[in-house]
Amino acid sequence: MEIRSSAVTARPRLERNVVGERLVFAAAGAWTVEHARELEPLIAAASDKRLAAARVGIDMGNVDRLDTFGAWLIERLVRAWHRAGLEATIEGLPEHHRGLLQEVRKANRAPMAPARSYSRLGTLLENVGRGVSNVTGDLFGLAQMLGEVTVAALRVVIRPASFRFTSVVHHLDRVGLQAVPIILLITFLLGCIIAQQGIFHFRRFGAELYVVDMISILVLREIGVVMVSIMVAGRSGSAYTAELGSMKMREEIDALRTMGFAPVDVLVLPRLVALVVALPILTFLGSMAALYGGGLVCWLYGGISPEIFISRLKDAISLDHFVVGLVKAPFMALIIGLVACTEGLAVRGSAESLGLHTTASVVKAVFLVIVTDGFLAMFFASIGK
Amino acid sequence: MNMAHAGNEAVIRVRDLVVGFNGMTVLDHLSLDVFRGEILGFVGGSGAGKSVLMRTIIGLLPKRAGTIEVFGFDFGRASERERRATEQRWGILFQQGALFSSLTVRQNVQFPMREYLDLSERLVDEVAMAKLEMVGLTPDVADKFPSELSGGMTKRVALARALALDPEIVFLDEPTSGLDPIGAGAFDDLIRTLQRTLGLTVFMVTHDLDSLHTVCDRIAVLADGRVVVDGPIATMLASDHPWVKAYFRGKRTRVGAPADQ
Repeated sequence: MEIRSSAVTARPRLERNVVGERLVFAAAGAWTVEHARELEPLIAAASDKRLAAARVGIDMGNVDRLDTFGAWLIERLVRAWHRAGLEATIEGLPEHHRGLLQEVRKANRAPMAPARSYSRLGTLLENVGRGVSNVTGDLFGLAQMLGEVTVAALRVVIRPASFRFTSVVHHLDRVGLQAVPIILLITFLLGCIIAQQGIFHFRRFGAELYVVDMISILVLREIGVVMVSIMVAGRSGSAYTAELGSMKMREEIDALRTMGFAPVDVLVLPRLVALVVALPILTFLGSMAALYGGGLVCWLYGGISPEIFISRLKDAISLDHFVVGLVKAPFMALIIGLVACTEGLAVRGSAESLGLHTTASVVKAVFLVIVTDGFLAMFFASIGK
Repeated sequence: MNMAHAGNEAVIRVRDLVVGFNGMTVLDHLSLDVFRGEILGFVGGSGAGKSVLMRTIIGLLPKRAGTIEVFGFDFGRASERERRATEQRWGILFQQGALFSSLTVRQNVQFPMREYLDLSERLVDEVAMAKLEMVGLTPDVADKFPSELSGGMTKRVALARALALDPEIVFLDEPTSGLDPIGAGAFDDLIRTLQRTLGLTVFMVTHDLDSLHTVCDRIAVLADGRVVVDGPIATMLASDHPWVKAYFRGKRTRVGAPADQ
């Protein structure tokens, strides 16, 4: 049998004949979707208001095939005639096509809702307004989530048996252990790059040795924790959002709630705890890898031997630098986790919404991590650390 | 109505089909014909492979052996162009509706029309609305998103989308599951009406005994990986196959339900 595109179907025709006082249009051929492009002009010509007769008819006797598209076009023609005040009839309709025409006769009776029109200024103002209200809504949502998590944590303190230890270990494996290789690799490369750039530019002043100071302070205080946080936000924050979001879409979260579990206890708290435990460890490992990479480049590219590098390192940094970097890590973890879980639980029914919230989760987490880092840097500077 | 299709052209012809996953054989040398213009009810226990057969016919699952011909084409050997042409001639109603969640109801129905056909914007709009009304939805549903619909409405929209291109075959995967008996009955009527007006061939995977009694011209029973019995409801009631007996004459069948017994 032939495929549809090459189907042996006659092209549709619509010929006008004058029968007495009536004008009869004889329809023939296949009135189907493949021919819709040709049918529309035929219909438009036939529904011309300047018809010479008050009574019109359409003869369907020679139509081989009819589908919803063809039937609708006939209905459109009949309606146009009725609107023009003509008396219209359909004749010669084969029995098996009757049902279809009756079905389309009921369709599109209600006028289509006109599309809303917007003024450009109005749209702009509306967008600004929505933006502002979204920002406040986001902050409110984060504060609410922080509150709920705190309450959940207090519940655990009161009844330690309710703590989901297994779940925490599972997430610790995923966001901690499994993230180690990629974090080590990226921070190592970052250390190498900083060292190379530092040596290249410091060499002009004959101050290569200060590269060690720069790398160690930069990495331990800022780059280590910020870089690792950004990677964790991209790697684990997005996963949290997508997991919770798809659970929300599939009503799993409603199911939990109806069984008497608070989603925050079961889903959010273990994830947050895992993140808060994992991020300082990852930061430590990342900083070490960056220092190692920096040391390696200093040796191979800058001619600073490892002994000199280490002795210089001892002079350049104090425990303070190390502590300042590491203290920030749990806060970053809390921000990433809160943003990711809030966004995950805000997902609505559609796949698009899941994508939007996952994107938002990463973007907001990265933004907040950097802003927080800035504030903490000011704080530590003012307490003289 | 029942025997009107006997001797008619088979639009789907499945021969010796073998389908399996990781060492497990689900369909074992299954053969089945679906004739033009009939409503075939396909039944079988949960996990027997009903959906697997449907998904294999429409090309979503690979087969190990056997042939599947749709409109006389061996689908496994068809060229890309023939496949696409065939795909325009069938519509599929998935069990969960499978509506595109980021499009509105109207856009869902218009999607296949826009992709495959070159139509004027006005015609696409009008026909999409006509389809929605044909499946019994009111125009105000058109601008809703799938997540805002009830189960029954989702099924109707999915049916309207399956019918968007005026297909010759529609595959329905458990169309009445999750609907209340009244809604399910209305859906059965709808399928019957549309089948008559559009001249559809319907391949319906179902568990709903009422649907089998009221709308199906022919029923095929899947057990042990093959079709064990097929025929009208009377054949089912007369069958001695233990599973068919348990299914059609079990506790859940109502006394005196079929009129043509």
